[in-house]
Amino acid sequence: MIATLLILLTSLLFPGIIVKVKAIVSGRKGPGLLQPIFDIVRLMKKGNVYSTTTSIIFQVGPVIYFVTILCGVFFIPFGNSQGIISFEGDLILFVYFLGLGKFFLILNALDAGSGFEGMGANREALYSMLAEPAFLILVATFSMMAGYDSFSGIFAHWHLTTGNSLVLSVLASYILIQLAMIENSRLPVDDPKTHLELTMIHEVILLDNSGFDLGLVQLGNAFKFGIYGALIANFVLPEHQSLPVRALVFVAVIIVFAVIVGLLESFRARFKIEKNPQFILTLSSIAALAFIVALIITNKLL
Amino acid sequence: MKLVNIFEAITVLTVLVFFVPLRWKQTLCLALSLAISAITGYWAFQNLVNHSTVVEKLSLPFWFHSSLLEIDPLSSFFLLVISFGTLTSILYSSGYLKPYERSKTRQEFALHYFWLIWLQIAMTLVVILHEGLPFLVAWEIMSISSFMLVIFEAEKKEILHTGIYYLIQMHVALFFVLAAFTLVEAKTGISGFDGLAIYFKEYASIPMFLLFFAGFGIKAGFIPLHSWLPHAHPAAPSHVSGLMSGTMIKMGIYGILRVVSYLQFDLLEIGTIILLVSLISSVFGVFFAIFQHDLKKMLAFHSIENIGIIGIGIGTGLIGKAINNPTICLLGFTGAILHVVNHSLFKSLLFYCAGSVYSQCHSRDINELGGLIKKMPSTAVFFLFASVAICGLPPLNGFISEFLIYKGFFSGLGSDIYVSLLFLGGITGLTLTGGLAVFCFTKAFGVVFLGAARTSKVDHAQEVSPSMLLPKFLIGILIATIGLLSFLFLPTIAGIAAIYLPSGMELPQNPFGSVLTNLSISLGLFVVVLTVVFILRAWQQKRQIIAQGPTWGCGYSAGDFRHQYTSTTFADNLNRMTSAFSGVETHYVPIPKEDVFPKAKRHYETHQYDQLEKLLILKPSKFLLNIMEKFVVLRSGKIQHYILYGLGFILLAAFLTIVNVI
Repeated sequence: MIATLLILLTSLLFPGIIVKVKAIVSGRKGPGLLQPIFDIVRLMKKGNVYSTTTSIIFQVGPVIYFVTILCGVFFIPFGNSQGIISFEGDLILFVYFLGLGKFFLILNALDAGSGFEGMGANREALYSMLAEPAFLILVATFSMMAGYDSFSGIFAHWHLTTGNSLVLSVLASYILIQLAMIENSRLPVDDPKTHLELTMIHEVILLDNSGFDLGLVQLGNAFKFGIYGALIANFVLPEHQSLPVRALVFVAVIIVFAVIVGLLESFRARFKIEKNPQFILTLSSIAALAFIVALIITNKLL
Repeated sequence: MKLVNIFEAITVLTVLVFFVPLRWKQTLCLALSLAISAITGYWAFQNLVNHSTVVEKLSLPFWFHSSLLEIDPLSSFFLLVISFGTLTSILYSSGYLKPYERSKTRQEFALHYFWLIWLQIAMTLVVILHEGLPFLVAWEIMSISSFMLVIFEAEKKEILHTGIYYLIQMHVALFFVLAAFTLVEAKTGISGFDGLAIYFKEYASIPMFLLFFAGFGIKAGFIPLHSWLPHAHPAAPSHVSGLMSGTMIKMGIYGILRVVSYLQFDLLEIGTIILLVSLISSVFGVFFAIFQHDLKKMLAFHSIENIGIIGIGIGTGLIGKAINNPTICLLGFTGAILHVVNHSLFKSLLFYCAGSVYSQCHSRDINELGGLIKKMPSTAVFFLFASVAICGLPPLNGFISEFLIYKGFFSGLGSDIYVSLLFLGGITGLTLTGGLAVFCFTKAFGVVFLGAARTSKVDHAQEVSPSMLLPKFLIGILIATIGLLSFLFLPTIAGIAAIYLPSGMELPQNPFGSVLTNLSISLGLFVVVLTVVFILRAWQQKRQIIAQGPTWGCGYSAGDFRHQYTSTTFADNLNRMTSAFSGVETHYVPIPKEDVFPKAKRHYETHQYDQLEKLLILKPSKFLLNIMEKFVVLRSGKIQHYILYGLGFILLAAFLTIVNVI
């Protein structure tokens, strides 16, 4: 419960922090931290314009996308206190919820009947298909180390005390940051700032969405970033501190994560579109490497 | 009079289909099927709920020397799947076959319905006969009846050709099963499955298992034995494709499950074999599906994928049994058995939807369709529903079975290195399958039902008749119920899977703990949150101006329907990555450099060729054909020559007897 509230609240700052960091690095002042949220609120107060080509799918797609991410937030625990949804095997449901959201977002794009949106849908489908194994291999690694297959089980039995788990934490954080960049359509795979439809992925999917629906999708994206930040935060959460201290660490890690994303975006160029699959597949192999490391740590290999 | 006699009486009554007027044929067929379903349903109920093994004796003298019918939990489960599959298929058939009433005769319709009901009878017998010969006879009737159903439009040459291709493959499968049964009987003296218990105790398990696996695997459609599916399913009428893909290929799975239940040794090796073959089937099944333009051919490849997922469950369960871990064993087998019913539901639903699209647009080519959701809203919603289910996405039934298999994998990660690595491979394969399925079904649904129409074939499409929507509705309800309320069904299915538990272990009182209730609560929460957001949205929209306009063309005002993504372009980026083994060939003459303003209309075509079929079926048969053609000179057509051959043969036989060779 605490985790869910913390993630939802911190997520609201997330897009603002990224924009601010990027602005400062490039020597500008940048908008206020809450500006992206004001934008979303403004969108949600507006009416909609629907393309005559679209059908009911175009109206339900964004809602389902948003709700799947919101439900995804419910899964994330806070140290050893559980999220709203917690049971053995919940991480499988989590992954598949996010998959359901993508499914409807892709259909939403195809419903407009435009070549550009089809292109975005197609790329999104390919990249998320390639990125999913990396996340599950990573999760499997932790599940093997902790002996549990639920988020709360894994994080409650994850201690930074030994050097071995530190190695794994570093590998995991690297993979999680990269996955967050891919899943949230950020550099180096996708560039949210681009103005050319041909090079877009996520933005081009939403070309025809407007008003409340567009606001929902953007809010969902902010929450999605929060989920990844919270996952990383759970790895470094100190065990024996009082609740306020741990909550502070939790929020601080998510904010640091947002700053890192901003910095990465400032100094990174995007890949050529053809290079993307290669990059995403590499993540899966790094995840598999983490699994091998885990095998060595648990004395099964060597 | 016992139930079994009524059952036999119904099998005889099937000939009535030939004598009633055309408009009564479907009703009679439905009534007979309902009667059979009622009887088998009663048997299954007796077995599953009252836990009594039903044993009946067939009495008709001409009927396989009075064989025994044995209904155990595995049979009961398959009986229910068969009954439901056939009933929806017959329900759907009346509307689907209506346009054929002008071109087809009464006898052709009678023949079709006769074999349709016999397909159900044959499948029913397959799962309740345990003796070797009767089982094989029922198996053969099943192949022949499905062959007759496939060639409904036999006047089209390619359909007849496909039918014969299918029939030959089914007989190759029969040969493997026959050989296996013969070997078992020769060694143990007991015919049929019961002999396996002794055989597997005393002789090597792996070769015998492989023999059965080859036979049943052809029926089920495991890669590389799959090549008949992508040909037969598109050729058959849609209600037959639905029945064959949803139910009949599961008879192969039944055979494998039955054989596996007798295994005692070499479990780890056999489990590994099944798991690896299934992983390949699931990943490559869906991978090849992505490159298909024919809607029904695409669905056929998805059957291969789902058979793979079922196999993954069986393999996982068997490995769990091998390492004496009842949790993994139960999760694997329960997942596999649940996926049998799940696939039978959403796959038949998809085929019925594809059939409805075909009956309205007269095209199965995905690239010729588009925007159908506005003309056929109910069909579109059902197709979407089934798509979400087949991709294994929550909250529908496909997710539940995949969830169980995943949980089996996760439970096994803590054991030794061999199993850990194997299960990591399993997790990766299953995830990749899921991702590819999402890729494929967003493409299929998006191109067929969304956007704007691509050709004029869509112009006259209308929603299909209520009689064609009713079976879809029934299936849809079951899909949602299994998905949202899995805890109601799974204890029963776990009871069936309990026969695979390591010896000496009982089914725990509550095999899945609180996982399933928690799962249902989470899915319920999702539905509730979704409803709340929808209400919020409706409330917000009520006070706003909702405008309509053209699709944003990025500043280009001359865009039209031809600029949309098609099935081919959607698959293009994946094809570029994997062109080494996707088997996609492009037929296109590139524009020469000097031809700056090409005038002539150009064609661009892509086709996916099944490399494995080429390697395993086409090349060997071509090789054989080449050899056989050498003997054509002997076929002179002159009677004297043939007498000479006969004489030569007799002389040869006499000579061989003299030298004691024969």
